[in-house]
Amino acid sequence: MSINRRQFLGLGGAAVAATALVPGLRLIELAQARSPEEAVTSLHRWGLLIDSSKCADGCTSCVSACADENGIQSHGRPATDAQWIRKVTLKDKQTGHVQTLPLMCQHCAEPPCVDVCPTGASFKRADGIVLVDKHICIGCRYCMMACPYKARSFIHEVTTGQKAHAPRGKGTVESCTLCVHKVDRGDGSTACADACKKEGHQAILFGDLKDPSSEISKRLASQPSTQLRADLKLNTGVRYQGI
Amino acid sequence: MRTVNLHRTLTGFMLAAGLILASSSSLAHEKEGHATGVSGRVPMPVHSVNADKGDKCVRPEEVMRRDHMKFILHQRDKTMHEGIRTTQYSLKNCVDCHADAKTGSVLGKDGFCESCHAYAAVKLDCFECHSASREAATAAIPAASPVRAKGSESAKGKKP
Amino acid sequence: MAHVHYLKIEGRSAGFLGLLALLAALIATGVGAALYMEHNGHWVTGMSNQVIWGTPHVFAVFLIVAASGALNVASIASVFGRQLYKPLARLSGLLAIALLAGGLAVLVLDLGRPERLIVAMTYYNFKSIFAWNIILYIGFMGIVAVYLWMMFERRFNDYTKTAGMAAFLWRLTLTTGTGSIFGFLVAREAYNSALLAPMFIILSFAYGLAIFILVLFAATRWTGRPLGDVMVIRLKNLLGVFVASTLYFVVAYHLTNLYMTGKHDLERFILLDGGVYTRLFWIGQVLIGGALPLVLLYTKLGRSRCMISLAAILVIIGGLAQMYVTIIGGQAFPMPLFPGKEASSNFFDGVVAPYTPSLPEILLGVGGIGIALGLTVFAIKILPFLPQSLADADVDPHYKAT
Repeated sequence: MSINRRQFLGLGGAAVAATALVPGLRLIELAQARSPEEAVTSLHRWGLLIDSSKCADGCTSCVSACADENGIQSHGRPATDAQWIRKVTLKDKQTGHVQTLPLMCQHCAEPPCVDVCPTGASFKRADGIVLVDKHICIGCRYCMMACPYKARSFIHEVTTGQKAHAPRGKGTVESCTLCVHKVDRGDGSTACADACKKEGHQAILFGDLKDPSSEISKRLASQPSTQLRADLKLNTGVRYQGI
Repeated sequence: MRTVNLHRTLTGFMLAAGLILASSSSLAHEKEGHATGVSGRVPMPVHSVNADKGDKCVRPEEVMRRDHMKFILHQRDKTMHEGIRTTQYSLKNCVDCHADAKTGSVLGKDGFCESCHAYAAVKLDCFECHSASREAATAAIPAASPVRAKGSESAKGKKP
Repeated sequence: MAHVHYLKIEGRSAGFLGLLALLAALIATGVGAALYMEHNGHWVTGMSNQVIWGTPHVFAVFLIVAASGALNVASIASVFGRQLYKPLARLSGLLAIALLAGGLAVLVLDLGRPERLIVAMTYYNFKSIFAWNIILYIGFMGIVAVYLWMMFERRFNDYTKTAGMAAFLWRLTLTTGTGSIFGFLVAREAYNSALLAPMFIILSFAYGLAIFILVLFAATRWTGRPLGDVMVIRLKNLLGVFVASTLYFVVAYHLTNLYMTGKHDLERFILLDGGVYTRLFWIGQVLIGGALPLVLLYTKLGRSRCMISLAAILVIIGGLAQMYVTIIGGQAFPMPLFPGKEASSNFFDGVVAPYTPSLPEILLGVGGIGIALGLTVFAIKILPFLPQSLADADVDPHYKAT
């Protein structure tokens, strides 16, 4: 079959136009918020960037905000009370330098907790958020054994006063959900990041790691950052600066 | 040494079990015929409907009575694993509509869910984790939250 | 060799009923403890978000490991063709199933949501070794049941060797799976080692045989059935070999860790200043579970059945200590999240996590032992598991009275 010059030019022009348009279409997809009927996709990968140098010693706003947002109550038993985010104080053994940082579920791309869960209740959503499906969690706590960050908590007692957007109950395991209910709503941030911003420290930044135009991606591209336990090669969604 | 005939004992047990099962199932079938619940000690629950929410459930009554768990189970998997948060079959939506006008909850003696489940003697597991109260009753949500507009289309895709 | 005659035990004496009553009481307290834990939530136990698996898991893993080891005696007969052990094969299979049932019961009753066991059996994540273990454990019970059936029914006796081989291979897979529960974890310094799977296999040999010897001695003595020295000496020597192998694996594990600077903190914790864990390691695991039994078994003391029984008991105590150090010590030691830095938080970062066994946990664990022994005692009454005689003349074709 032969093609004449006019047809060839027409096809070529169409191909060039398509190539020029497609990246633009993708950006439009990223820019629009997802509607509730649509399933999550791997077009986005949600993560956090935490700057330890901005984290203030003695401030626990992120911890209180998380507890408030998700209905986590203290029972006065620190060993068994759930903790989705915690402040860790680090002192360098050689130099004596002291710093603090918040530590929560790292939402790894290769989560050990997902690998070991016998029922598949611990799972990673397409957009990178690692969650526990408490409907099929049997409470075996193997994921807690497997997590290198001690991010998971087991609910050791009868729970009441749950928030409608954060169901949690006795006998199941839970951890930081990256405020998935806020993410799905399109709020664009997590409770801890909002609280830190409100306090004026701005140590926690939430964003889309796959969007090159997001602030988190720009900062990660231009400044050094690290993962906790980087040697495990888990490709965490939470990155740290200043440690 | 006195021996026990294993065959006879087993046959006896199975006959007895079969008799018990047959009689209890026939009794149960008897009860089903009484829609007004005159037989039996537990009164049939009276379902109050919140008139301000409308007079129809998301599916017809006969369908919901038998199949509500089917919808709930299907929806929970879609919400958990795919982040699909349509409100038609969402548990939050059910609770918001069916919560008792006075107590604001679907549990309790006259609670919509608990009264029927207590009558049918089916364990209600959902509210060990899920909040049983209408969302307006839980004070912590800020007034400007788009989640307040339940079921309305303005709730979706709101960006700050 | 003379035909072996198996006989149910009579089981009508006051002693037998008393034993059943005692085991029933243990089971009842275990189940009661489980209900208490399930109703109130795990905060009533010593387990926490730091020490996640506690005393119930120590007992459960011990019983599961011992279960696969208890099948050893039957495997030696069917797979390796040692005719001398053939009369013991039925009891060996029974004990394997009973111990596994006891261990699994403890594991299931400790779950946060035990009523969701059916979920565990229907939703499988095949990347999880736990999921594989569920299949391996249930399959093991089925395979050993078939193996026992081949042994019991005379017209199937020819298939005993095949069934025995299948059971042997399955149990090696099962114990590898159990060891890998810990061996596959990268998070904690004490685990994350390929050595744990074969080590658990060797541990199973020792624990299983120790329990088997005690059950055999008790069963033959309390029913007045003869048990000759030929059998006893064979079992004694076998136990000695297994205990020595266990010590070898412990040495290999710690020696390797000691060579790595990164693991020095862990080794100092276990071997030197870990408090209860150090004591349990040296006194419980090495001395009571290793050195003392070897002395009892290989010196002149080993001629006495009393001493052999004592050695078996010591091996079991040492085994429980070993499980405690591995499972609980491994969790108590802080995770190496920030190398080179001292970490502190209100979530027990950077410190040895506190843990004290609580009564409900201990009762649940002991209840598992009750289930295992109760099943055994009940089974030998209703089916002929025990040979009528294990006297020297009956078991050894070349026996000559001296």
